[in-house]
Amino acid sequence: MLNRYPLWKYLLILLVLAVGLVYSLPNLFPADPAVQISPASGGENLSESQLDRVQSALADADIPLKSTERDPNSVLLRLDSASDQMRARGVVDGLLDDDHVVAVNLADSTPGWLKSLAASPMTLGLDLRGGVHFLLEVDMDAAVTQRLEVNASAIRETLRGERIRYRNTEIDGRQLSMDFMNAEDRDEASNLIRRDFPDFSYEDVEAERGATLAMTLSDQAVQEIQDYAINQNLTTLRNRVNELGVAEPLVQRQGPNRIVVELPGVQDTAAAKRVVGATANLEFRLEARPDTPEQETETLEFRSSQRTAALMRDVIITGDSVSSANRSFDENGRPQVNIDLDGTGGTLINRATRSNIGRNMAVVFIEHKTRDRTVMEDGKPVVKRDPYTERGIISLATIQSALGNSFRITGLDSPTEAAELSLLLRSGSLAAPIYFVQERTIGPSLGQDNIDRGILSVQIGLLLVVAFMLLRYKAFGVIANVALGINLVLVIAAMSMLGATLTLPGIAGIVLTLGMAVDANVLIFERIREELRTGLSVQQAIHAGYERAFTSIVDANLTTLLVALILFSIGTGPVKGFAVTLSLGILTSMFTALMVTRAMVNVTVGGKPLKKLWI
Amino acid sequence: MRQFDFMGKRRLAFITSAILLLIALGSLAIQQLSLGLDFTGGTLVEVSYATAPTLDTIRETLQSAGLQDISVQTFGTADEILIRLQQAFDPAVGQQVTELLRATGDEVSLVRAEFVGAQVGEQLRDQSGLGMLVALGMVMLYVAFRFQYKFAVGALLALVHDVILVLGAFSLFQIEFDLTVLAAVLAVIGYSLNDTIIVYDRIRENIRTSRIDDMPAIFNDAINQTLSRTLATSGTTILVLLALLILGGDMIHNFAVALLIGVGVGTFSSIYVASALLLPLKLARTDLIPAQKENEDAEELP
Repeated sequence: MLNRYPLWKYLLILLVLAVGLVYSLPNLFPADPAVQISPASGGENLSESQLDRVQSALADADIPLKSTERDPNSVLLRLDSASDQMRARGVVDGLLDDDHVVAVNLADSTPGWLKSLAASPMTLGLDLRGGVHFLLEVDMDAAVTQRLEVNASAIRETLRGERIRYRNTEIDGRQLSMDFMNAEDRDEASNLIRRDFPDFSYEDVEAERGATLAMTLSDQAVQEIQDYAINQNLTTLRNRVNELGVAEPLVQRQGPNRIVVELPGVQDTAAAKRVVGATANLEFRLEARPDTPEQETETLEFRSSQRTAALMRDVIITGDSVSSANRSFDENGRPQVNIDLDGTGGTLINRATRSNIGRNMAVVFIEHKTRDRTVMEDGKPVVKRDPYTERGIISLATIQSALGNSFRITGLDSPTEAAELSLLLRSGSLAAPIYFVQERTIGPSLGQDNIDRGILSVQIGLLLVVAFMLLRYKAFGVIANVALGINLVLVIAAMSMLGATLTLPGIAGIVLTLGMAVDANVLIFERIREELRTGLSVQQAIHAGYERAFTSIVDANLTTLLVALILFSIGTGPVKGFAVTLSLGILTSMFTALMVTRAMVNVTVGGKPLKKLWI
Repeated sequence: MRQFDFMGKRRLAFITSAILLLIALGSLAIQQLSLGLDFTGGTLVEVSYATAPTLDTIRETLQSAGLQDISVQTFGTADEILIRLQQAFDPAVGQQVTELLRATGDEVSLVRAEFVGAQVGEQLRDQSGLGMLVALGMVMLYVAFRFQYKFAVGALLALVHDVILVLGAFSLFQIEFDLTVLAAVLAVIGYSLNDTIIVYDRIRENIRTSRIDDMPAIFNDAINQTLSRTLATSGTTILVLLALLILGGDMIHNFAVALLIGVGVGTFSSIYVASALLLPLKLARTDLIPAQKENEDAEELP
């Protein structure tokens, strides 16, 4: 019979709808801005009388409290808005003495049963809610040193190839000096190197024994290295904090050597730091041969065990050449890690491995950390940060063939080890070490007034669409509007599952998608009207309307989806994010228009002997 | 239902399009786009107040002093304030901002002023350009596959037409172009493509079913048949956009402007660029031939 669905289709629709509802629900319970009071190390939790004082002080300052929660280790004051939160923190901090630590936090308010289904609300963007602000400093000196080390390795390689004997290389600031047995060797070497390394200015230094060649980087070269380092780090950080493009962070350069990273929806700096990730570096080096002279080797420990290995000092490539690393399984189901290198990295590693098949290659993980140290300066305690580095081998594997732009590391014990190694490889892909120098919570960048206006305009826009559809398509308008509601639920559910961040323009975008999503219904309804005009019966018209509009809808949506997919695969950051939202909108609107409204039409009028259709 | 003779006026439409394109390209060449903080970077000023200020007052003070594209946020505590300005960095900006804020009678001290780089890197710019080209190429292939290559040419030109006109309008009136507007331009591409394909679909259907070979008449029929749909969809979209434009506030104002222009231009171009161009391209029934292929096509569709 015309316009009837089999039962499974109804069930499928209900299932999708149920899942959508569950995962969109948490957005009705957004995290509350809160002030958390916890005892300083070893202290007592806030007493009842102290809490009373806090509460009355907040009331005096005209800051409404949403609720107060108390657990054995801390007290949580939930507030209504982000601006109240900052003021409340000031009030509470002023009131309590050093025995208590007052911190801002975003308190989860998703009900437990939703949380157990792994449902969580979308985070609110930097414009609406603020977040965490990190200031990172790029170690420019290290960037230069690193480049010199790579250059030194390449130079030694060239000299060995030409059988010119050298004794020692030393790096000091922007200068690389190399000792030779005698002046002839040095002159020969200098002629050879000059051609390949035009960034240096060369100077002969006569030493007591032998001769030294001092190579100094020009100012311009140093500038280029530093610019490269900071830009490369910016890119890496951007990709790290915004993998799918929907996280809406802010990553920008500040001053000559610093990077700002702002993450929305978090106020807990420790959690946010994990997102920014390890500030590490990698070096790919060959294992030393037993007969390698000692000044060319360095013995390092493994990160995971006490084992050590002697490695060549020569660095083949550093982490910034790694463009991606991920784990997979080989033909026999054993875990492996796939590494992709950029163009220069591929050339360098090919040159180094092609003549060293059978030797071992090590990946060294270098982590830059800081230690806080309090010193007295002019009678005041000042916190000084001492940078230090930790080096450890994360992988030592045999080179089985000459390597190129992409290769794999096999022989790993477990999938977990592969996952860990690929994570370390990815996080080490920085061009120069970075240090956290400052961390703060920041408030929303938009004023409350602006936010309210934005939200109001979005609500009115949505209402207008609903009214328009009702006026134009009457009973079918109701169906279209129900579909619109379902569409909204599904988009929100999908975005929440992806961990998307909601900004004001993002909200405007969602509503706009909905405004455009009625298109599919409009197409169908107009076609039904048209078929009715040509004299088809009600049931036939409905059937033909859906059938004939189908090609148009599918063609139009698939073409747009194609654009979205390409933007996603090629774009970065916001462009990628836009593509994700666009694709979600297209898929949900196709589903609601073709399946959900059809089901509703089938249930209400399908197969009934109607003479007229209220459309 | 009234029939409009769309194709009869196509010369007038071509001329209008050509003039608008010239103006848009000229403006883009001469005065480029007025890029926002997201693309250019600017200055960051951190100030410290003795007592917690209200952020809206700070915004108003700075705006009335003629500073553009400002963002004001609390920084750590309620009395430390972080201000981002679009102004190119110079060492005096920090002092200038502090003095402006002091003039309102508050006790303000400058913590630091530094330049901040663009929020989007060159990588994004290059990749977006490349992405756009690849996307356009794939769309052409897809349309050529589903319809015919002449349709692909029309769809592509319509898209390029729309994007140039939106960008041109932003350049001509020097409206600030930021990431939100970029998203709007991408949305315009989606919208315009959608619109074009729907009209194309009807043209294809009518060519296959009709007995006449008078292309302008077939096109007119197809456009008239889809007209109520076009008006309804652009109607709902424009309703939303008007609400955003009038009530939405600064943040989404430009987003709405870009889309309003885009929806208008996109609707126009699906009729007069995408479809009307098929006439000079000499689209004939034989391009969507033959009878047996039509049957195959009908079968593969559920």
